[in-house]
Amino acid sequence: MTKLLAATAALIATALAASPALAQDAPQISAADTGFMIAATALVLMMTLPGLALFYSGMVRKKNVLATMAQSVIATAIVSLLWVGAAYSLAFTGDNPYIGSLARALLAGVEIDTVSPFAKSIPEILFMSYQMTFAVITCALVGGSVAERMRFSAFILFCMIWLFVVYVPSAHWVWGGGFLQQMGLLDFAGGTVVHINAGVAGLVCALVMGNRTGFGRENLSPFDLSLAVVGTGLLWVGWFGFNGGSALGAGSRAVFAIVATHLAACAGAIVWSALEWIQRGKPSVLGVVSGAVAGLGTITPASGYILPWHGVVIGLIAGAVCYWFCTVAKHRYRYDDTLDVFGVHGIGGMMGTLLAGVFATRAITASETDPGVAGLLEGDSHQLLVQAIGVAVTVAWCAIGTWLSLKLVSAFTLLRVDSDEEREGLDIALHGEALHQ
Amino acid sequence: MKIITAIIKPFKLDEVRESLTAIGIHGMTSTEVKGYGRQKGHAEIYRGAEYIVSFLPKVKVEIAVADELVDRAIEAITQAARTGHIGDGKIFVAPLERALRIRTGETDADAL
Repeated sequence: MTKLLAATAALIATALAASPALAQDAPQISAADTGFMIAATALVLMMTLPGLALFYSGMVRKKNVLATMAQSVIATAIVSLLWVGAAYSLAFTGDNPYIGSLARALLAGVEIDTVSPFAKSIPEILFMSYQMTFAVITCALVGGSVAERMRFSAFILFCMIWLFVVYVPSAHWVWGGGFLQQMGLLDFAGGTVVHINAGVAGLVCALVMGNRTGFGRENLSPFDLSLAVVGTGLLWVGWFGFNGGSALGAGSRAVFAIVATHLAACAGAIVWSALEWIQRGKPSVLGVVSGAVAGLGTITPASGYILPWHGVVIGLIAGAVCYWFCTVAKHRYRYDDTLDVFGVHGIGGMMGTLLAGVFATRAITASETDPGVAGLLEGDSHQLLVQAIGVAVTVAWCAIGTWLSLKLVSAFTLLRVDSDEEREGLDIALHGEALHQ
Repeated sequence: MKIITAIIKPFKLDEVRESLTAIGIHGMTSTEVKGYGRQKGHAEIYRGAEYIVSFLPKVKVEIAVADELVDRAIEAITQAARTGHIGDGKIFVAPLERALRIRTGETDADAL
């Protein structure tokens, strides 16, 4: 048996040596990159389950805790299946600048040794899975804006439609070889695709569905902020996989992204609570975690292009601007974005995408095959213009696409529970369960 | 017999129980309640949304006592529960018609 194996090995070695061209063309799957990306994929899924589920459900009222968790769980289940079915293929294959092809629908052609042209050192099925977790959390994030009033069936339908109308084209434009990527837009881990899309969709949903009963009059205070703190911790740690993993390999760039991400979260947390302390006399726990998430969301698009200290600056800006949006703008304009998806992720995504054009550093962005990109700080204003176009296109398409998706959903079912169900709470009304008996 | 209802600050419950047992009152019932009075409420702020919480957490202690113990019980509760700050609570006394210990069937004074 051993002899046979040795003979086979020798034969294969000879065959390979005889055809060096073939050996070079075969994909070089790196064990280090693959191992790192498996871990990163798990980290990003952990951000939704249980990270976002806890973060969100801690901020709603007791009667809506389970229903809010249910949104994150069902978004994971539905978006994952649709991603494998067709969404991955439509986002990440094909040459069309606006939408991908169906070449990889139902994972057709994804073999044990295939790689995606976008991540040549890891198996394609891993790249597909990693991107799947991004689509999952983006849909789950939108749920925060309509928490405490959207019907579960309507949310399911919305996820199914919105994934294809908004997320898939956007991911194709920015990461899948589409026109924004060709234009040179910098979006390392999803300032446009994830955060602007989630935030703008959240705002449109909140406006279309209307405010919660009692918004601005009744006490709508959070049920259990300790859940939100635990959720924030999971999001924060998971973000290392979100931004670090977006390097698509286990290298220095991933670590630079992770460090910038962590510093931005710290700076955001400190600024938000400092502003509260000055203005209100007390730094709230909700404020600290909100600031951290604002920093994390805002650093996302820039994380892999910048130096660590840029992360601190971006976190400081994120904490201050998102604070203003969530505490002042929302109440001035009286839109009921329940959990501030727009104020944190939408605003953070826009700022972060623009700031990527300010702080992009040639030494970080350059690689063997790429001369790198210089931002405004290094004297090149062109990149900022590209970033602004990217933001404008994403906001516009997301707003239109979300509105269309909601109209389509409302052709099948009501978007909102009736006022009695809203009073009773969605846990009982939609799921027939209660948190505590 | 009288039923004494005392609304006190929650953290004073153990002190009140100790001072009542010290004068020989060994039975009482406590309930977590929310009350509104001169203390008013407090403001809570969540991401800029300010809510006035009017009802504050209190503990209600109910004690059934024989008539001759009422004044000493009131004194014991008052001493234990007083902080001197607004919101220390109130004591109500009402007549009690009957009492019965379920296990033995003892009634009235024997049941207290």
